[in-house]
Amino acid sequence: MSERDLKGYWKKNLKYLGILLSIWFVVSYGFGILLTPLLNEIQIAGFKLGFWFAQQGAIYTFVILIFVYVYLMNKLDQEFNVQED
Amino acid sequence: MDVQVWTYILVGITFTLYIGIAIWAKAASTSDFYIAGAHVNPITNGMATAADWMSAASFLSMAGLISFMGYDGSVYLMGWTGGYVLLALLLAPYLRKFGKFTIPDFIGDRYYSNFARTIAVICALIVSFTYVAGQMRGVGLVFSKFLEVNIDIGVLIGMAIVFFYAVLGGMKGITYTQVAQYCVLIFAFMVPAFFISFQLTGNPIPQLGFGSTLADGSGQYLLEKLDELHTELGFAAYTSGTKSMQDVFFITAALMIGTAGLPHVIVRFFTVPKVKDARISVGYALIFIAILYTTAPSIAAFAKYNLMETVNEEEYVEMPKWFSVWEETGLLTWIDKNEDGIITYAPGEAISGLPDIKRNVDGEIVRGNFGEVKVNNAPVEGPNELYVDRDIMVLANPEIANLPAWVAGLVAAGGLAAALSTAAGLLLVISTAVSHDLIKKQIKTDISDKSELMWARISAGGAVIVAGYFGINPPGFVAEVVAIAFGLAAASFFPAIILGIFYKKMNRQGAVAGMIAGLLFTLGYVIFFKIAFPEVNSPEYWWFGISPEGIGTLGMILNLLVAFAVGMIFPEPPEEVQEMVESIRYPQ
Repeated sequence: MSERDLKGYWKKNLKYLGILLSIWFVVSYGFGILLTPLLNEIQIAGFKLGFWFAQQGAIYTFVILIFVYVYLMNKLDQEFNVQED
Repeated sequence: MDVQVWTYILVGITFTLYIGIAIWAKAASTSDFYIAGAHVNPITNGMATAADWMSAASFLSMAGLISFMGYDGSVYLMGWTGGYVLLALLLAPYLRKFGKFTIPDFIGDRYYSNFARTIAVICALIVSFTYVAGQMRGVGLVFSKFLEVNIDIGVLIGMAIVFFYAVLGGMKGITYTQVAQYCVLIFAFMVPAFFISFQLTGNPIPQLGFGSTLADGSGQYLLEKLDELHTELGFAAYTSGTKSMQDVFFITAALMIGTAGLPHVIVRFFTVPKVKDARISVGYALIFIAILYTTAPSIAAFAKYNLMETVNEEEYVEMPKWFSVWEETGLLTWIDKNEDGIITYAPGEAISGLPDIKRNVDGEIVRGNFGEVKVNNAPVEGPNELYVDRDIMVLANPEIANLPAWVAGLVAAGGLAAALSTAAGLLLVISTAVSHDLIKKQIKTDISDKSELMWARISAGGAVIVAGYFGINPPGFVAEVVAIAFGLAAASFFPAIILGIFYKKMNRQGAVAGMIAGLLFTLGYVIFFKIAFPEVNSPEYWWFGISPEGIGTLGMILNLLVAFAVGMIFPEPPEEVQEMVESIRYPQ
């Protein structure tokens, strides 16, 4: 137990959280709210881009973010030997 | 066969299924009853979480709400999904490692204080009861709309079913019934969506049809046409909305943080075997939720387009049959202000209050010059002649789109599944808060597992009865106070749990002071504007332009500030608590 670099594990975890939550914030609060009027100038098919992010894109991004996190953490668990069984 | 027969058949089949599952999944221990023995497969748990989370409101009302809010409706779409990212990254894995039964368990142990535990119990009870009353009401409404059963009897039937599987099976019974309920509700939501998307745009996938051109040969995009119709009639464009940017920001944040702090959602991640499973399970849950949440805005746009194309500046006598059917339910009303027989749809209210259908002494509906259903309500000054209840957008969709009768029956069964699954999850939180956090942990600590299980069943039964009572006699402000549930979860639980995991040195004084401050501030603000002085509930009086729906975000910030300030004055938590925090950070 004491052999393992638990501080290193936690630091890396916090780094992942920081990056993923920044993306979470930018896509929902940024693209979906604050920058929406700006992005609405761009149209893709029938969607104004800001509107699309607010009603579709943000949700897809949330799903992807969680799966990326799961992938990163499973790898990290192995790397620092803290995985269960 | 007509809609009613189909509804009876489909509701009958699904209810039999739920009861069958309940008998099969009987709980044998408190661990079974509280967390399904922590044996639930992550995909199964994801599905159960999705059903747990998606309530009568998500299923019946959300698409309709978005229909009338346009872009502003995004607060619900992002708010009620974005919280799952917080849940996956900041809460679920650590709480799973902690490995007890409830949120008050965590708060009580982490802050080494039964006082903190009791505050958490109080928050859990307020949040869950406000929420569950709405679900029981939803069950009654579906029964009364589709089966012409009295609302109260509908509530009683719903209570009987929930009583059966929640009391017998606890979390174990609830989990597997929720899986069945998810399948029913998502099927019921998607079938009409496929049909309508195909009819309007030629593309059966609603998420794509949403951004496609209309199939009427005009070659115009649906959303473009919708914006055009809105501006023509004097409404704000569908894709731009009317709320201020800061209010949209704060409401979205309050809903996201509130979602991540709702005890009936969090507790679902105690039911999987490992930390790894808890992480991925949130991902599965969000996929299952996203299927409905990306379809809802599409349905909203389709339904609004259908409505505007059908009614505006058309003669009443030309209306399709569904129009008069829904008039008789009081969900749709036309009041011919200028007596020209033509329906005018414009911004502003048509009538004051909710429609109250006019009846003669024999109880028959009184009709006007064109055969329209008359109401007792006074007309409101202004051009608009049409009242449309937002719930109609999902309920009437199958009829508006001319779909076969079984689709409407399916929507009824889906609405019931959504309401029952959420109610069950909430009732379990209430019962564990009483039997585990109050009785086992505080009043009678030497109680055996068997008698604790009995207490859990008794409190689940009691909670069903209280919930049913509120369903039959809803406090006038039920719809108004859903904001409280999210606001409270955001302002109380969320910061306390986050600090508990990520800030080892947070002590009980800080956490308790923070929770109380967040709780009182949020409650006070919502009660002030929603219950005490609703006449001043408008942007010029709100703090920083934040509506009561969004105030939980500020409550959370206040909680954090108070927690840090008070926490600094008092000594660090004991060594063993800090070690406990250390240990929940690693899966093994």
